[in-house]
Amino acid sequence: MANWRFVLIALCVAAGVFGLTAWLNIDYLFFAGYVILQYVVLATAWNILGGYAGYMNLGVSAFFALGAYTTIALQTAFKAPLPITIPAAGIVSGMVGFGLGYLTLRLKGIYFAIATLALAVVAETFVTNWEYVGGSAGAYVLHSRQGPWFGSYTEYLFLLMLALATLAVVVARRVERSQFGYGLTAIRDDEEAAEASGVPTLRLKLFAAGLSGALMGMAGAPLPYYLSFIEPGSALNLSYAVTTIAMPMIGGTRTWLGPLIGSLLLATAQQAATVTISSEINLLVMGVLLVGFVMLAPNGIVGWFRSR
Amino acid sequence: MTVTYPLLVNALIAGLLMGGFYAALSVGATVAFGLLDIVNIAHPTFAVVGAYAVLVVCRTFNVDPMLAGVLLMPVFYAAGTLLYRVYYHFFERRGDDAMRGLAFFFGLMFVAEVVLIMLFGVDFRYVQAPYITTTWNFGAIAVPLRLAVPFVGSLVMLAALELFLKKTFIGRAVLAVAQDPFALRLVAVSPERIKRIAFGVACASAGLVGAFIIVIEPLQPSVGREFIGRVFAICVFGGLGSLPGTLVAAISLGLVENLSTIFIGASWSPAVAFGALVVTLAWRPSGLFGRG
Repeated sequence: MANWRFVLIALCVAAGVFGLTAWLNIDYLFFAGYVILQYVVLATAWNILGGYAGYMNLGVSAFFALGAYTTIALQTAFKAPLPITIPAAGIVSGMVGFGLGYLTLRLKGIYFAIATLALAVVAETFVTNWEYVGGSAGAYVLHSRQGPWFGSYTEYLFLLMLALATLAVVVARRVERSQFGYGLTAIRDDEEAAEASGVPTLRLKLFAAGLSGALMGMAGAPLPYYLSFIEPGSALNLSYAVTTIAMPMIGGTRTWLGPLIGSLLLATAQQAATVTISSEINLLVMGVLLVGFVMLAPNGIVGWFRSR
Repeated sequence: MTVTYPLLVNALIAGLLMGGFYAALSVGATVAFGLLDIVNIAHPTFAVVGAYAVLVVCRTFNVDPMLAGVLLMPVFYAAGTLLYRVYYHFFERRGDDAMRGLAFFFGLMFVAEVVLIMLFGVDFRYVQAPYITTTWNFGAIAVPLRLAVPFVGSLVMLAALELFLKKTFIGRAVLAVAQDPFALRLVAVSPERIKRIAFGVACASAGLVGAFIIVIEPLQPSVGREFIGRVFAICVFGGLGSLPGTLVAAISLGLVENLSTIFIGASWSPAVAFGALVVTLAWRPSGLFGRG
């Protein structure tokens, strides 16, 4: 399928989803849908580096929170609206991904994974100590009940996240079917052979780390508005990382479809479960699912269907 | 704030003592990572599980926490060998899947933490022992026993492990498996069995280190996370799999952290370990004592 045709279909699907939810006009639907779409962005973004290239980023929460805190900082300083803070969050998180990658991606993938995990802790230290964005006490973000154009503010946030999710999926598919994506796949399969065949491995990995980080940061940018209140402990919760990694693992990491399926399934189930059972059990299920799928179905749902 | 001479000396002593504890905490991870090629990022969390186990044993049988830690070591050894069987069956046997193994341990770490929260809540827990509240004073210099006792325990543990690795047949086989598992097969030793024992020993250390954790400070389920950056900074900086290297790296980190506490502020100390980790990875990935 040609790329422009896929973009068109993706836009139609997004428009259809928005049209349907706007027609139903239940505020809870926007509220829950926002979280589901946020995970679509996170899982798809994670998969660009983690799935295609096989470099595991365990610091998802750091990139995500970085986006959220970029919004807070810009909001406090210039009263910047979301359409400005989202790209800004993308730039900040992308640069951190690029920088951390530059320092560690020359080594084995394991060192990168450990560095990202440690990054989550240091990001928490950083925002806890930075009084300007609320420090350990957290920060409130007030917004009107009405969205800037139409409908409620939740509907507006939902629409923004829908646009981000569409962007992420289109980008991931574009990457997958480009020379860039083939290079990443070669890195995953055998990095030394790829290097020997002339694949510029370090450059591709760096670019993937930056792109992946940027999308994760953009997913985090609207979070302060969504929650109205943000503090380091909740923005940097490890559960964001576990859920984000579990989704592509469950869906399948080799194609753009895997994280999409995984995130839609898991996040919807999670939203249904939060209403009915306690959030701790919810998290426990997420962790058990991650461990279980990694052990038993290494290629996820998509891989399972392909192998039949 | 003015930095006085006794303040500086006390910070250095506390850093030295904490460094010994960090070495004990890191040794299980460095054995698994450096010698067995198993990147157990859940090791600090296992130590926190150990700390809660110590808490339960102390409360139930009314024994000393350090003794409880020693008593728990066989249990953790058995759990470690079992975990290695699972890891071997699902990951190592299939080859080239270190990254999925990493996701496995990451998931385990999270599951362990959630289970601890469900069982014990997020309140701070502590145990009682005479030495926890005692401090020896030498003039202006204070040596808190809650740090000194784990320090001594850590040194004993490290020495015992070093003797095991260098003097016993199985210990030498563990060192050999890191270099050439195939050669081990040629002398009729199963690498899987050796790795299972070694991973069991690494996990057993988490039981005793759990006692150190709860003696040093009140316990909370997520403290394991704060240790991850430190533990792997120490592992890498010390040169993977080297026990003397681990001790030197851990004490250096303890000293730097405590100095940064008095010069910059306590809330920044997690950043110190991260900085050390990134600097090491960027400029000397084989560590202080690494081979080339």
